Amino acid sequence: MSAPAAVLPARGWTRRFRANPTSWLGVALIAAVVLAALLASTIWPLDPLEQNVAERLMAPTAAHPLGTDTFGRDVLARLLHAARISLLIGAFSIALAMTIGSAIGIAAGYLGGWFDAAVTSLLDVLLSFPTLLLGLMVVAMLGPSMGNLVIAIAITELAPFARVARAPTITLKGRDFVEAGRALGFSDLRLVVVHIIPNLLSEVVVVASLWLATAIRTEASLSFIGLGVKPPTATWGGMIREGFENILDAPWLALAPSLAILVTVLGLNLLGDGLRDAIDPRARRD
Amino acid sequence: MTEPLLEVRDLTVEFRSGGAWHPAVRNVDLSIAPRETLAVVGESGSGKSVTALAVMGLVPAPAGRIAAGSSIRLSGRELVGLGERELDRVRGDRVAMIFQEPMTALNPTMTVGEQVAESVRAHRGLGAQAARREALRVLDLVKVPSAARRMDDYPHQFSGGMRQRVMIAMALACHPAVLLADEPTTALDVTIQAQVLSLVEDLKREHGLGVLFITHNLGVVALIADRVAVMYAGEVVETAPAAELFETPRHPYTEALLASMPRVDRDVGALEPIQGNVPSIREIGPGCAFAPRCAHAQARCRESRPRLEPEGAARSVRCWLRTASP
Amino acid sequence: MSAKPILSVEGLGKRFEVGGGLLRRPAQVHAVVDASFEVAERACLGLVGESGCGKSTLARCLLRLVEPDEGRIVFEGEDVRSLDGPALRRLRRRMQMVFQDPYASLNPRRTVRQTLAEPLVVHGLATGEAVDARVEAALAEVGLPPDSAPRFPHEFSGGQRQRIGIARALVLEPRFIVADEPVSALDVSVQAQVLKLLEALRERHGLSMLFVSHDLGVVRHVCDRVAVMYLGRVVEEAPVPDIFDRPLHPYTRMLRAASPVPDARARFSLPRVEGEIPSAMDPPGGCAFHPRCPSALARCAKERPALADLRGGHRVACFLHSPEAAP
Repeated sequence: MSAPAAVLPARGWTRRFRANPTSWLGVALIAAVVLAALLASTIWPLDPLEQNVAERLMAPTAAHPLGTDTFGRDVLARLLHAARISLLIGAFSIALAMTIGSAIGIAAGYLGGWFDAAVTSLLDVLLSFPTLLLGLMVVAMLGPSMGNLVIAIAITELAPFARVARAPTITLKGRDFVEAGRALGFSDLRLVVVHIIPNLLSEVVVVASLWLATAIRTEASLSFIGLGVKPPTATWGGMIREGFENILDAPWLALAPSLAILVTVLGLNLLGDGLRDAIDPRARRD
Repeated sequence: MTEPLLEVRDLTVEFRSGGAWHPAVRNVDLSIAPRETLAVVGESGSGKSVTALAVMGLVPAPAGRIAAGSSIRLSGRELVGLGERELDRVRGDRVAMIFQEPMTALNPTMTVGEQVAESVRAHRGLGAQAARREALRVLDLVKVPSAARRMDDYPHQFSGGMRQRVMIAMALACHPAVLLADEPTTALDVTIQAQVLSLVEDLKREHGLGVLFITHNLGVVALIADRVAVMYAGEVVETAPAAELFETPRHPYTEALLASMPRVDRDVGALEPIQGNVPSIREIGPGCAFAPRCAHAQARCRESRPRLEPEGAARSVRCWLRTASP
Repeated sequence: MSAKPILSVEGLGKRFEVGGGLLRRPAQVHAVVDASFEVAERACLGLVGESGCGKSTLARCLLRLVEPDEGRIVFEGEDVRSLDGPALRRLRRRMQMVFQDPYASLNPRRTVRQTLAEPLVVHGLATGEAVDARVEAALAEVGLPPDSAPRFPHEFSGGQRQRIGIARALVLEPRFIVADEPVSALDVSVQAQVLKLLEALRERHGLSMLFVSHDLGVVRHVCDRVAVMYLGRVVEEAPVPDIFDRPLHPYTRMLRAASPVPDARARFSLPRVEGEIPSAMDPPGGCAFHPRCPSALARCAKERPALADLRGGHRVACFLHSPEAAP
């Protein structure tokens, strides 16, 4: 009896995913964050940029449930609008990293030989840098802007995607159905696009959900250092930095965005773990 | 006839699937005498391997269970219902098992000699020195060439056939009464298969072992079996002395299987395939499990299940056509 | 050989490099050495041998799924090794392969219709409704119901999947099929169905075939001629009755004697087989079989016998039968 191949998700993974309560918690948390970001103005109609010097550093009240910051801006409104920016930057950078990283990994795995050896060594170098340091170097080179931030974060996360796409490509390349495709006269491009990519996509998606959490953290860290999105646009990292200056007088300023990041990262990790366990139940035991 | 070493009565093993229990093995009766090889032959899903697991007490709980009323007696002692610790003592001491793929059963980080010695020590309480001597003795016994030198090699340095010999050595080190062999030669080339089969045959004769040999290959059955039990879809459908089974198969399944096999020794003309596929354990109806594929099936075969009825002294068959009074 | 060959192979060789690293030279494995044979129009040549003998590599070399290092492959008058690009793709329309493992040889994410339609579309042989018609015809041809088309491979049994694999090989209407152990992963009761199907298709389409198998019984049933390989070399090649009833090479005899037969009279005739199969990385000198050969001569350790034609197309590489056959 032949065991199912490692690279192909076992059947019934949607059922296993649904049967796992922690993945549901992840889904609920992420859904809440996304909804809050999308409906920011509806939920809380105050303008996140409107300054009101008279109401500086106010403690939470009914009018400002999370208080106000040093410019008298409403923290709840800023938190909700920051969610949009943080999620967008995270999503765009992950999409970029996933596309380019997987393409590199698939090319290396499929072509093999010296190209594979060279790519693998380069990836090892890239992986040896701490994520934050690498992001810092790239932003410092490109200059801080939202687009550059996306590029910087994407570069820090290329290597994991390349790795996760390369290994199954090598396995799939040796599978009989790919060989059968070659015997049938299919081009390499067709074999990769039609027969290899769909069979490794699920694994890449799992990695994406886990690394999206890191991307959001990296964005926050860069913004915290001041290399992120320029003020006055609200981002979670930027809000923590601004709140940090008044951490003793108005702890809610740093606490609220920190909790928002915590919830998002936790939700993404639960979701990613749930997906991984559902798609490859064997990974669980490792 | 001598008293059986191993006697299985009315064994039913069930597995849980989709919220219900489905029997993978139903009402199986088997017995093995000393110096006897019983071959259990069947296709995938016939329940032959599950039967062996049940005898070893290795049915995986909670997904599987041995149903009430089943009995497995080893030298007169009932095994069903024994606790894990007592079973552990029985396994290895009285009954040992070898598998299809020896590489997965061997530890890749220990030398072959250490592993055989470890199994000797675990079951016979010998010291390190004595265990190593005993390991060398059994490796010689299973004809591992230059065993004294090779026992310090690692499993990956052995060929598939030699690894299977090591597995057999580990099994023998504990002086079992019964050897369970689950497709031990299926992964081997035919010339190497012949060597391993000769070895099992020699050990059976010299040590009075009872051998339960599980295989899908009727050719292998012909080479080593004294008696044969043919299994289909979880049931024994026919038992017979090997010579009689091939001369005069009684169950339509056995007959059809023999007619569908291309043979190396003669031209068979047209093959007669068995229509359809082996059923899964979830789709077996109330009648004879083979009825949907049987060329001779009648209405009755689809409605009620025949029993395994004795035919003469040494045979039995589970088929309405053979046992019904005319 | 009476009929004209559709395929002829001359001196085919393939080496693989294994192991090796920055400072270590990789070892060379001679997977196939100097293989020469012909397959006649509408005939079936069996290729038998034990694991590691090079039979699967040789089969893949014919389709250039593995690139041979040396030798000539002539298929329907065309030099296969010189083809590239569009010419190679055209060759692949005429020469197809059936694989061993019916689970691994189908893409699990493609429906049966997608799997069967893809070759037609890629080669521009059909469009629109004509594709569906040909998919349906292919399914009917291999004995699968038309409602199989929208289903996925995992919904089928092993035997049915092998039928899908055969249908995929046939949609391009090839002239030649390379079948690599096509029934060895199937249950005994299903094997015969697939063998009969292959037989019928060969008859109906006038196919020629190379049939790779380790099961001599199956080869006897399916093939007209048989080539026996040992450690990368063809050691004997002859019509089926000669190979099975009058084998000459001591290795063929050993293989034949060790092949189990469902007959209880074989009970006490377990052959005493000597030795293990040597590693292909370090084959013995002289005749590669001499360390296991019960009738080895002194010269067998030193010289290698060439494959010599004895009579009636029976070729054997052994000094016992052709003493003058020095290389």
